[in-house]
Amino acid sequence: MSNNSSNKLSRRAFIRNSSIAGGGLIIGFNLLNSCKPKVVADAAVDLASLDYNDFNAFIKIADNGAVTIFSPNPEIGQGVKTSMPMIIAEELDVAWKDVHVVQGVLDTKNYTRQVAGGSQSIRFGWDALRETGAKAKHMLVSAAAARWGVDPSECSVSEGVITNAAGETLGYGDVVKEAAQQEVPEEVTLKEPKDYKIMGKDAANVDIDEIVTGAPLFGLDYKTEGMVYATVARPPAFGRKLVSYDDSKARAMPGVIDIFTIGEKLRGLLEEEPRITNITSDSDKVVVLAKSTWQAFKAKEALEIEWGEGTKGESTEQHDKILTDLLNGNKFETRRSDGNIKKAFAEADQILERTYESPFLPHNCMEPMNFYANVTDEKVHLAGPIQTPEGTANFTAKLLGRDIEDVHLEMTRMGGGFGRRLYGDFVLEAAEISAKAKKPVKLVFTREDDMEDGIYRMAIKYRIKAGIKDGKVTAYHLKEAAINSNMYGLIPNFFPAGAIENYQVDTANYDSNITTGAWRAPYTNFLAYAEQSFFDELAELMEADKIQMRLDLLDKVNPEEDERIQYSPDRMKDVIKMAVEKSGWGTKPNGVYQGFVNYYCHNTHVAEVADVEIENGEPVVKKITCVVDCGIVVNPLGALNQIEGGVIDGVGHSMFGELTFEDGKPVANNFDRYRLIRMKEAPVVETYFIENTLSPTGLGEPTLPPAGGAVANAFKAATGNRLYKQPFTKTPELLKAPAKEIIG
Amino acid sequence: MPTYQVTVNGVSQTVDVSEDTPVLWVLRDHLDLVGTKYGCGIGQCGSCTIHVDGVAMRSCSLTLAQVEGKEITTIEGLSEDGKHPVQEAWREVDVPQCGYCQAGQIMTASAFLEQNPNPTEEDVKNAMNGNICRCASYTRIRKAVMIASENMG
Repeated sequence: MSNNSSNKLSRRAFIRNSSIAGGGLIIGFNLLNSCKPKVVADAAVDLASLDYNDFNAFIKIADNGAVTIFSPNPEIGQGVKTSMPMIIAEELDVAWKDVHVVQGVLDTKNYTRQVAGGSQSIRFGWDALRETGAKAKHMLVSAAAARWGVDPSECSVSEGVITNAAGETLGYGDVVKEAAQQEVPEEVTLKEPKDYKIMGKDAANVDIDEIVTGAPLFGLDYKTEGMVYATVARPPAFGRKLVSYDDSKARAMPGVIDIFTIGEKLRGLLEEEPRITNITSDSDKVVVLAKSTWQAFKAKEALEIEWGEGTKGESTEQHDKILTDLLNGNKFETRRSDGNIKKAFAEADQILERTYESPFLPHNCMEPMNFYANVTDEKVHLAGPIQTPEGTANFTAKLLGRDIEDVHLEMTRMGGGFGRRLYGDFVLEAAEISAKAKKPVKLVFTREDDMEDGIYRMAIKYRIKAGIKDGKVTAYHLKEAAINSNMYGLIPNFFPAGAIENYQVDTANYDSNITTGAWRAPYTNFLAYAEQSFFDELAELMEADKIQMRLDLLDKVNPEEDERIQYSPDRMKDVIKMAVEKSGWGTKPNGVYQGFVNYYCHNTHVAEVADVEIENGEPVVKKITCVVDCGIVVNPLGALNQIEGGVIDGVGHSMFGELTFEDGKPVANNFDRYRLIRMKEAPVVETYFIENTLSPTGLGEPTLPPAGGAVANAFKAATGNRLYKQPFTKTPELLKAPAKEIIG
Repeated sequence: MPTYQVTVNGVSQTVDVSEDTPVLWVLRDHLDLVGTKYGCGIGQCGSCTIHVDGVAMRSCSLTLAQVEGKEITTIEGLSEDGKHPVQEAWREVDVPQCGYCQAGQIMTASAFLEQNPNPTEEDVKNAMNGNICRCASYTRIRKAVMIASENMG
């Protein structure tokens, strides 16, 4: 293992190089002080004040041997604050129980890029994190060897203690100062997976004590001295614009400090950054500043605001027609085309064509959007829950016309992300409010703000058409019609690309004024269900075995001949076979109906089987068996949590999730009218890993997409009805057992 | 603004807030007890669950007038050392993902187990159905509540 650095690199350069080695695009590393709980000193971090025992961006070792590892990426519940430091600790060779983990802050001065998302933190961090730990260990051992006057190769390490051939020992803390002066090794040997002592063992969430005792952790818990609370009256529907407002009643309410509008700074950015309107309205918004959150919320309700029409409000009914028209039209962009589908369809013996529909979905993070900003002449201090700290800091600097070096951003633990916190619209708002109020401000969305002013998963329709000739699938045509944006570039190369000779993926979209964006497993969160429902129906038409048909298709895939192919047919077959075995596929007693799905996304191969039973005449999801190949499992306890959560989230949203619009306004704005899956509906999840020593892949997202498909296929088995629309509860007439079941 | 005398986690406190202020925001903004979380504000999600005289209630939908003279317990005061059997079970199972709803889950579970120390799994599902976990840690919540019930018994 080596990097491209010369061995003359300075310590600071090593930090920088580590971040570049991390893949640049996805991962960024940082160091420095913790996100302190409760009332924090409102000061930017002074780099010069750092303890010099820091090795690099991640590791700080005190004289007494205590090890602090800085977790580089934002924590949204995906567990990287635990698992990324585990990878470093493994190669550093310290005991996990001796490690203290601290969330790093954004440091744009020393690092080039910090972003988390796409289930890529572990995958992209894998080499760099291991190398970081191993290089630090090498420097510590070299320092001890130098003190003893022996060759480093004569020394061994166990749990932070270095031992030489004579049996003398030195702790890491004893040699840390000398070690920090050592040259950074160019090459280090990394451990073999069989020698792992930390990875592959269960580690509890590093914040578990704070979480179960209610200690301050989240953005909404963040406070500073003198901080005031802000809430924002936003356009009540997409397309509306502020005309005028009367704040006389609101101003008279208790605790109100000021009421003013924002929007000017945002609009000032529009020419340079037109994409802003993809994440927020360019209308003025009315800000209420108060001494407490509740006072701000109440005073907002007392505002009398006239909103006018900027652009036309859109409705779900209209979107439905638009998407159908797009599917029926010819305004497609071809994303991948193999062979000649037209010819293949013309020659086919049988053709199957089906259309699948999905609604808008809000993210509904349990912690509503919020952010802290304190904009002063000296600096811009930002703190809170954000998945894209660097991009957001840059955007904020631009908004305020400030140098990026003035911006200090702290990441708090996030009460969920699911993609919503990739977008820093709320940070821009907080910054503009603080700049105008000249005060430290905490912007808080009400739940209603959060649901009504979202950046939603867009409504999509898929039309899939397959041609069969001589008992084989010879043509496959996938069309996507979506609101605002289409599937990203890799997805057309997912299964069944490469398995069918004549294959084409076409996409079309409609520009809406409703803001949309990434939502846990973008596109695949719905595509997996559409495609896997279709495969089942195709197998039925071909009178083929559903599993064998999938395996036969995979037999035809040769990734060596087509480098665009993203998945491994062999790994896919392995998860399929294990899922068949572990779920008892085809061997279930009467009354248990199963649905099968195999899928690949976020570099991970997954197969899921849903077990459905009839209760009170309706199909109920009782269990999901989930088989995952995500390579080496860094933290099995955390991995299982991601898998179970992803599966149940997938079941829940395919069953219940839907946000409709009327005249630009979301019809639901809180959990009384928006249904999320709850305890009683959550199935048992039984997980199995494919054991191998391949590099780890994504886990925060890939178990979600297959769940909806597994449920739909099992419901078909239970009721005889195919489900073409999500959420499934939208068509209750299809969720009925056949009469014999009700009687029986 | 009226003054209220409230007892939170065994400590009597005087709070000066308008009469419509929900207990949730008194705890969070006035008493600096931020463990109780804001989720929906309309009693639908359970993130703000506290104990009022030992009964699990939604603090977003309670005013101070409704709790005067009663004992309020928040997640911070559930146990002195953070080792209530429910908190211990949460650690053992490693329940949380993002963790935001968990204080509410723990408060609901601990009040439920006081009332029903030997629940069936169905009882647990019913008792916990009012608390949303957006990360869907439901299977672990179920398991942790069952473990806590064994350890409390």
